[in-house]
Amino acid sequence: MQSTLKYAILSLSTIGTVSAIILYFIAQKFKVIEDPRIDDVEQVLPLANCGGCGYPGCRNFAEACVNKHDLACLYCPVGGPATMQKIAKILGLEAGEQIPMIAVVRCSGSPENRPKTTIYDSVKNCLIASSVYSGDTGCEYGCLGLGDCVASCLFDAIHINEKTSLPEVDQDKCTACNACVKACPKKIIELRKKGPKDRRVFVSCINKEKGAIARKSCKVACIACMKCQKECPFDAITVENFLAYIDFEKCKLCRKCVAVCPTSAILETNFPPKKDSELNKEPIVTQENNTNV
Amino acid sequence: MSKGLKTFPVGGVHSCDNKLSASKQIESVALPTIVSIPLSQHIGAPAMPIVKPLDKVKVGQLIAKASGFVSANIHSSVSGTVKKIDDVPDSCGYKRPAVIIDVEGDIWEENIDRTDSLLKEIIFDQKSIIEKIQAAGIVGLGGATFPTHVKLSVPKGKTCEYLLINGVECEPYLTSDHRLMLEKTEEIFVGIIIVMKALGVPKAIIGIENNKKDAIDKMSAISNNYKGISVQALKVQYPQGGEKQLAKALINREIPAPPGLPIDVGCVIQNVGTIYAIYEAVQKNKPLIERVVTITGKSIKKPSNFLARIGTPISILIQATGGLPEDTGKIISGGPMMGKAINTTDIPVSKGTSGILVLPEELSNRKNANNCILCAKCVSVCPLGLEPYLLSKLSLKSLFDKAENEQVVNCIECGCCSYNCPAKIPLLDFIRLAKTTVMKNIRNRVK
Repeated sequence: MQSTLKYAILSLSTIGTVSAIILYFIAQKFKVIEDPRIDDVEQVLPLANCGGCGYPGCRNFAEACVNKHDLACLYCPVGGPATMQKIAKILGLEAGEQIPMIAVVRCSGSPENRPKTTIYDSVKNCLIASSVYSGDTGCEYGCLGLGDCVASCLFDAIHINEKTSLPEVDQDKCTACNACVKACPKKIIELRKKGPKDRRVFVSCINKEKGAIARKSCKVACIACMKCQKECPFDAITVENFLAYIDFEKCKLCRKCVAVCPTSAILETNFPPKKDSELNKEPIVTQENNTNV
Repeated sequence: MSKGLKTFPVGGVHSCDNKLSASKQIESVALPTIVSIPLSQHIGAPAMPIVKPLDKVKVGQLIAKASGFVSANIHSSVSGTVKKIDDVPDSCGYKRPAVIIDVEGDIWEENIDRTDSLLKEIIFDQKSIIEKIQAAGIVGLGGATFPTHVKLSVPKGKTCEYLLINGVECEPYLTSDHRLMLEKTEEIFVGIIIVMKALGVPKAIIGIENNKKDAIDKMSAISNNYKGISVQALKVQYPQGGEKQLAKALINREIPAPPGLPIDVGCVIQNVGTIYAIYEAVQKNKPLIERVVTITGKSIKKPSNFLARIGTPISILIQATGGLPEDTGKIISGGPMMGKAINTTDIPVSKGTSGILVLPEELSNRKNANNCILCAKCVSVCPLGLEPYLLSKLSLKSLFDKAENEQVVNCIECGCCSYNCPAKIPLLDFIRLAKTTVMKNIRNRVK
């Protein structure tokens, strides 16, 4: 009995020692030398692995930051400028100037504005529904309201409003990671400049039908009347394929277009209630203010 | 009796036939006042319009040219003035370009033979038959709308041994092919001879399901007069009209997975409707401008088979059966298994419209889906031997690479799995998503 125990301990420890030596040499041979700064950079990242930066995960983004020697084209939309500053400090580089963005839902077709014409009772999935048919309303461009964007959001920042059955973006949570933009089969969601004090002006419609047809299916559709284009003092609005689009780089948030839109297809967000006297004033917000938020 | 009949060995379902309009003769309907003829009625590139607004057109005049080999010509089905070329909603509700014509009178192109006389003698050679079929814009009328001239052009290095004729009409409710076989029997046989000549095959087999006994009897009797053509009665089993299932049932050969084609196992398969259109195109110079459409449904007053011009709004056909019943919940273009629900009756009849099925409210809504209990009923009915429950789960989780490994591209979208699922899971909806995504991935990889 005693000797069995002795032999067992002896043989096991011999095997252990030999293996340890072999493993040590293998480890030396196949050693991967990695920049320790990658770990440091990874530590300051949000570690959400959302892919919003264009890389598969946070680790890959950290590697890219370290290897590229220039942060101009790299940006973590989740961490924002604060994180980029931290990364810049670790690497001793300059962080690129990035304008904060936000996802914007460009459809206002609530059931009141856009009556239902059919009932859809298959899988609650926008991609499947859009492959089956154009949608349960007269507008083939409008939101299906089945929530592919909600499912795609890793930050719980987009939800379907029960009343309007349209998705709404939580502006405090949205990180502009682009996931919902990719998930929407109708291409309704767009990333736009977040704007000073979260103020934005955008055309909340992507219907490319002629005015009369668009209006027939939805009360708040863009009918391409060109009024906004004529009104805009900054040439920010273009009308193409019977649809107006506001270029957020040129827009100075004067809101003149909002006032003239006959179908209220142009929306403004987070502006204080407007007084009549303000209508003819020059724009309050300038481009410089835009970038500082 | 039906035990000894041939069929395909794997899967399939047998639902109620509901062939309500089987005894109704093919009728023609009054001409509509306006038609919209879609430019994309076939698989492949849409046709290019060659008419302008205000042009006068005659019945049978070419109005849009095929824009490639896999594409088909489109002819005017009416005479009148071209109103405009505009986007109109298709059966899915998406806007597609179409030629809209105001109907004036009924003036036909002079070279079209409009008599009922049977022309048996075939004066054309192989090449000119295929050219005539191509010029007439004929596509597979069984529903897939694949341009027929492409099918008949046998690629080099491959030989065709059999021509298989699909007179199965396995979809419940639909009777357009059944009526054609009864009313245009001789014409169909001449059509088969034409296609046999075009392909250079000695043998043709017509497969007909056993629920169409009158058609089997009539076709068998006449087949004695034609050398090389035989009629085979088949057991009633959906989806026997699928190419793979029909080839297996008739000649016991297995068509390989896509991109495999029937020609890979030495056969070409044509629908009886297509054969009749070929007869008319080759012998009577008549392009594909009308087709038989079944308008049916349990609530429809007078289920009927209509010979409708392409471009006729479906609402006119429904009106001719006694109007849309009040309790209508769903209108399906095609049969109940593979058809598509449509959201308006304004859509036009196209080359692929085999029937319109009107369902009352109580039959329209899907039952609520429950959880999968892994009973494998979907596996047992899948005619391709796939595992629908697995494919649908992979699709739900967006694991499309795994779905590709599970051969999702083999799916023929017959809907047996969804039909048979006791938990009422819309399996096919998920699988279709996976299939289209995987096909797209494969195409991108080839590029």
